[in-house]
Amino acid sequence: MASTHALASGMGGMRTAGDLVARMQMTRGMRLPQAKQYVAEKLGCSVLDLSDTVAMHDIRRDLGLGRIPVQDLTYAEHPGAMEAKFHIADVLGIPINSVQRFRQHAGLA
Amino acid sequence: MAQRIPTRLGDGSLVELTRAEIEADLHAGSEAAAKRAKVEPLAQDEIEHLLDIFTSAAKFSSVDYGDEVVLSYDGAGNADLAAPVLEQVVYQNHHGADMIELWHHDYSYKAVRTVLSFQTQMLKDAQMQTVVPLNYGAMPDLGRYSQPDGPAPNWSELMPLGKIAEAREAQLEAVEHLEKDMWCVVEAMVAAGVDGLDFDTAGASGDADLLATLRVARRVRDTWPDIGVEIGQAAELVLGMHGELEYDGVRLAGQWPLGQLRACTAAGATIFGPAVNVNTTKSLAWNTARTCALVKPVTAEATIPVHVNAGMGVGGVPMTPYPPADATSRASRALVDICKIDGL
Repeated sequence: MASTHALASGMGGMRTAGDLVARMQMTRGMRLPQAKQYVAEKLGCSVLDLSDTVAMHDIRRDLGLGRIPVQDLTYAEHPGAMEAKFHIADVLGIPINSVQRFRQHAGLA
Repeated sequence: MAQRIPTRLGDGSLVELTRAEIEADLHAGSEAAAKRAKVEPLAQDEIEHLLDIFTSAAKFSSVDYGDEVVLSYDGAGNADLAAPVLEQVVYQNHHGADMIELWHHDYSYKAVRTVLSFQTQMLKDAQMQTVVPLNYGAMPDLGRYSQPDGPAPNWSELMPLGKIAEAREAQLEAVEHLEKDMWCVVEAMVAAGVDGLDFDTAGASGDADLLATLRVARRVRDTWPDIGVEIGQAAELVLGMHGELEYDGVRLAGQWPLGQLRACTAAGATIFGPAVNVNTTKSLAWNTARTCALVKPVTAEATIPVHVNAGMGVGGVPMTPYPPADATSRASRALVDICKIDGL
């Protein structure tokens, strides 16, 4: 069922910009069109690009927003999960709780 | 003889209906919602669009390019890996989840409080391995605070005895305990780095259950303005187990999804999740039309994102452990196309 919804109507999560739009919804309470527009402007791409895995693969690479390792494509030299969230907070201009905690615990504040 | 088209009933069983029968069910489902909840029935062009979806011979249906929505996945993970953190990674990497949710098998704030340190450590570990926003979710589950499982007198036993005042008092006592447990979990999860809280199946024990949820949501919003609060409803109608409780000056009992949205918005929720129950003996066309008619006024008025519950037995998805893709995809698409939802 989870996969069915993802294919039928989902943005695509980390393969696309679904997680970034989700952050604007949950953190700022933005409705979908507003959240998509906001993220597109921050990423410098079109709203249609946000759900396109090919376009977002390169955008996420360039901005360090994290990507999913797929078979022989690994990204060991690129940002991992927590590192990517540092970049997401910067790019979207929102605080991310786990990033703030990490920063505090690591003495980076 | 009219061609018979494969479709399903609300319990997931496969049936064959004619185009005329499906169209009649769409009208009937829409009218059923209009009659009960005093909402507008679906317009003719909306019925025709649903008719196209439900009479298509394709096994799968999907939204148009650009119409994709956010999937928040309450209860992410199937518990089949026996590794809750890994299940979050699976949902992120393999199911395309836009948001994920860590949860405990005993999906209740009362139960979670007893294993809170383990849950917070797990959440912290999950945050190190995932990129997509991570909620922590559980049910308010007010009924657990009634005797013999909880401290408050059992209002379900008091009411049949005609002890209405005592039953109401017992619910208010339970609300105090529930708010305390929810807040305890919330504080610990925020300290562990959670992105948001999911108060799932809110109102399962009626209006008092929902009241406690709304109060805690308000407190979260006032304390941490950047922490997400998703309130997913238990059902399409708030049961008046107490009957007189109000939030923000509005009686909670008897609220349909639009009234629930207003209450959740007033409480500071950032995502609202309406739940519309499936009638297992009616066709999916009937159920989906009914769901759309109930949800459409919600998305028309909402100022916060609306993520419709679309799991087994709600939102037009059949009540079966493995909802068929043909049925789930049609419900998924219909909600997006007709209701302009923000997510599921």
